[in-house]
Amino acid sequence: MSLEIENLDLQAAVELLEGGSCSSEELVHALLSRITARDSSLCAYLSVDGDASLRQARDADKARASGSTAPLLGIPLAVKDVINVSGDSCHCASKILEGYVSPYDATVIGRLRDAGAVFVGRTNMDEFAMGSSTENSAFGVTRNPCSIDHVPGGSSGGSAAAVAGGEAVAALGSDTGGSIRQPASFCGCVGLKPSYGRVSRYGLTAFASSLDQIGPMTRTVRDAAALLEVMAGHDERDSSSINMAVPGYSSCLGEDLRGMKLGLPKEYFVAGTDSEVDNAVRAAVEECSKLGAEIVEISLPHTDYAVATYYIIATAEASANLARFDGVRYGHRAEGVINPIDMYGKTRAQGFGAEVKRRIILGTYVLSSGYHDAYYLRAQKVRTLIRQDFEKVFEDCDALLTPVTPTPAYRIGEKVDDPLRMYLGDVFTVPANLAGICGLSVPCGVSSDGLPIGLQVLGPAFKEENILRVGHAYELARANSKNG
Amino acid sequence: MQSDNQNVDRIDVSYVAHLARLHLDKEEIESFQGQLEETLDYVRKISELDVEGIEPTAHAVSVQNVFRADEERPGLNREQVLENSPAHNEEQILVPKIIE
Repeated sequence: MSLEIENLDLQAAVELLEGGSCSSEELVHALLSRITARDSSLCAYLSVDGDASLRQARDADKARASGSTAPLLGIPLAVKDVINVSGDSCHCASKILEGYVSPYDATVIGRLRDAGAVFVGRTNMDEFAMGSSTENSAFGVTRNPCSIDHVPGGSSGGSAAAVAGGEAVAALGSDTGGSIRQPASFCGCVGLKPSYGRVSRYGLTAFASSLDQIGPMTRTVRDAAALLEVMAGHDERDSSSINMAVPGYSSCLGEDLRGMKLGLPKEYFVAGTDSEVDNAVRAAVEECSKLGAEIVEISLPHTDYAVATYYIIATAEASANLARFDGVRYGHRAEGVINPIDMYGKTRAQGFGAEVKRRIILGTYVLSSGYHDAYYLRAQKVRTLIRQDFEKVFEDCDALLTPVTPTPAYRIGEKVDDPLRMYLGDVFTVPANLAGICGLSVPCGVSSDGLPIGLQVLGPAFKEENILRVGHAYELARANSKNG
Repeated sequence: MQSDNQNVDRIDVSYVAHLARLHLDKEEIESFQGQLEETLDYVRKISELDVEGIEPTAHAVSVQNVFRADEERPGLNREQVLENSPAHNEEQILVPKIIE
């Protein structure tokens, strides 16, 4: 049979497999051919293990023949290179972890494996998830499938490019300050950052532990709901994961938004945002209103301080988390060293790229004696104000609608030497991580240059069902109006 | 921060890199110096806010004292752990001499 793998979403793949019109082996085989044909130009993957994925696919086919009805049985997934999969490399796109092979599965991988998923390959990213363009990978620059001169966004740029470029049915990313939502927006796919504590971080190599979350990157909102349903839930191996029932997200989806109140934060609709982005998002808001939602203007007064707060807290946590990369237990070790201190300094100098070094230095500085109170402690207090802004508006609103980014994807190389300018692009995504709330990026338009534009739907902590409902109804309405 | 602005204004990149156990070369120190000063200038905008009486947030969803039963359970075995180390023998990770 001829399988249009590049247009296949997760739900359609599940239906094909369940209906017996194709086997997982055929599906994975088609996907591997697609990757072989396409990935030399996109560089979405860092590694693909064809033999191992076909083996997993055949096992899934056998399980189906023996009566298994696992929800993701035989479905191939791509995994960001920051999440541990037993027996696979996990380099975090860094030279310092060259040679590292995971001895265990991350909790989300274990859950997806139990649900029948097949792990096809590891996707490119900014080194240690630090960046917004995937240009900070030590192993090559990923390109945007909509325009190969443009960045795919980051840090989960490889996962976004794989999904949008038809090289993956769905993928996993991680989001510390927008790293799922922003690349999803730049490449034109769906990305969901769960609430802090919703999905276990066990097996996710830590960047900033109080902000990191793993989430799905998919072709449709329904697919994101299906994956989150499997991934979410309490894990005793992550003591920050919350012991709270996981709703059946797929069954919360509907075609209209009647009875929902959606807020428009005025601080997210400001001069400085690209007019095509602004127009596309306002048109999406209008569509949500037509679907029956009540739209209200609200205010999140501390928005303007979020990027500053984020880059203090995230780098402080990163400087502590990345201390473990010292050449002792795993990865690269410098040669010709005279003592352990010399070994640490040289190993880290050789193993880390420029952006990781900058952030370690910044984070060390804001935590150092004499500066801790002025930077780190004060940033934690401002974080409280940002969190309270959201708590207040969510007393009244079910979700908020905003742009994901101030501009569509920019050209490769355009911002790489100007870190601050790159950081300022995170203005609409970092507040959700600081506040611990959930956020979804859904395609809502295309610029005159053919670059995708995303709508961000923000929801209260542990109300993923709200943002999935909004995203799904909007996505259906948009598809209908395009076809109609 | 308001009272000691002079001290806060300049980051000594080479000293902080030493604290972070990062050997930087001269060119890196020079380029990072300007980039980090610019970033610090920007993040100092949080000093505009009055945070008197505001509690700091360490985790967005705060959970405290998460305990589990103190029971033996399987973990990684020694071979699995040693496998990833750049220098080891059958029993332990090897490092350069620490005490002369």
